[in-house]
Amino acid sequence: MDNFTVGVVVFPGSNCDRDVSWALEGCLDIRTKYLWHESSDLSDVDAIVLPGGFSYGDYLRCGAIARFSPLINALDEFVKSGKRVLGICNGFQILTESGFLPGALVANKNLNFICDDVELDIVSSKGGWFNNVDEKQTIKLPIAHGEGRYHCDSDTLKKLIDNELIALRYKNNPNGSSFDIAGITNEKGNVLGLMPHPERACDETIGGTDGLFTLKSLILK
Amino acid sequence: MDQFAVKVFVRLRPSVLDPAGEATKSASRKLGAEGIKSLRIGKMIEVNIEGNGENEVREKIDLLCDRLFANTVIEDYEYSLEKL
Repeated sequence: MDNFTVGVVVFPGSNCDRDVSWALEGCLDIRTKYLWHESSDLSDVDAIVLPGGFSYGDYLRCGAIARFSPLINALDEFVKSGKRVLGICNGFQILTESGFLPGALVANKNLNFICDDVELDIVSSKGGWFNNVDEKQTIKLPIAHGEGRYHCDSDTLKKLIDNELIALRYKNNPNGSSFDIAGITNEKGNVLGLMPHPERACDETIGGTDGLFTLKSLILK
Repeated sequence: MDQFAVKVFVRLRPSVLDPAGEATKSASRKLGAEGIKSLRIGKMIEVNIEGNGENEVREKIDLLCDRLFANTVIEDYEYSLEKL
C-alpha cells in the first residue's frame, strides 16, 4: 500500500485541488499526484479525486464543459475496472453531467451561495465511504456552493432509495435538494459524489475531522 | 455548402424549480408590473453553421443540443433554423 497514489484532477478553474492533496498527504500520509485534465493516462494512479472549484468557469452549466476533457473520457474504463473515484462539489457536478452518477445539481433554492457547516446523516454503507458501524451516524462537514440542489425525477429517486445509493442526507436541507440528498454512489459503490467538502474537515485545528474517513477510504480495494 | 442560422432555446423543465425566475418575478412586481402569472428564465444560443442541406445540419444541432447545450435531466430544448 506504500505506493498507493491518488490522482487529483486539475481543471482550469479547480480550486480545491491543493486542499485535497494537502489533506491526503499531510493528514493521512497518502501519496497524491496532480492530473492535468488534458491527460488521459491514468495508469499510475490507484484512485481519483475530482476536486471542487469552478471548472471552465462553470460556463453553460457546472461541470458541462469539463465532461468533454480527455481525462473524463478515460475515466469510464477506470471506473469499470472497479477503482475508486470521489467527486467533491464541482467534482460531483462533473460526475452527474458525464453520466457516472444520475441526476443533476442546480441553483440553490434560495439563490444564495451557501458557505456553512452542515450536519449529515450517513444513509448507506455502500462502497465503505463512511464509517457507519452504528445504526445511524451523523457527521459534520463544510459546504460551499451556489449550485448544489440535487435534482432527479421520481423514478431515479426510487431507484436511488431501493438500491441504497444515497450516501448522505442533510439533516436541515440548506439548498432544496430532493429528498435532502447531499451525496450518492453508483451501483457498484466505487464512485461517490457529494456536495460537502471532506478535505476541509481533516484537522481539529480547522474545525473537525469528520472528513478523514471518506478520504482514507480511497485506499480501500 | 449551405449556411444556416440556428437559434436554440434551452429551458428548465417545468418540474424543476427556477429560483432565478422566481426572484425576477418578485422584482417585476416591485416595478409595478401586475398580472405576471409565471416567469422562468432560460438560455438562447445562436449558432451559425454550414452543412450539406438542412437534414445534415439538423443532425448536428440535435447532437449538440442533446449532449452539450442542454442537460436533459433538468432541461428541454427546441430550435429554429433559417437558411442564409
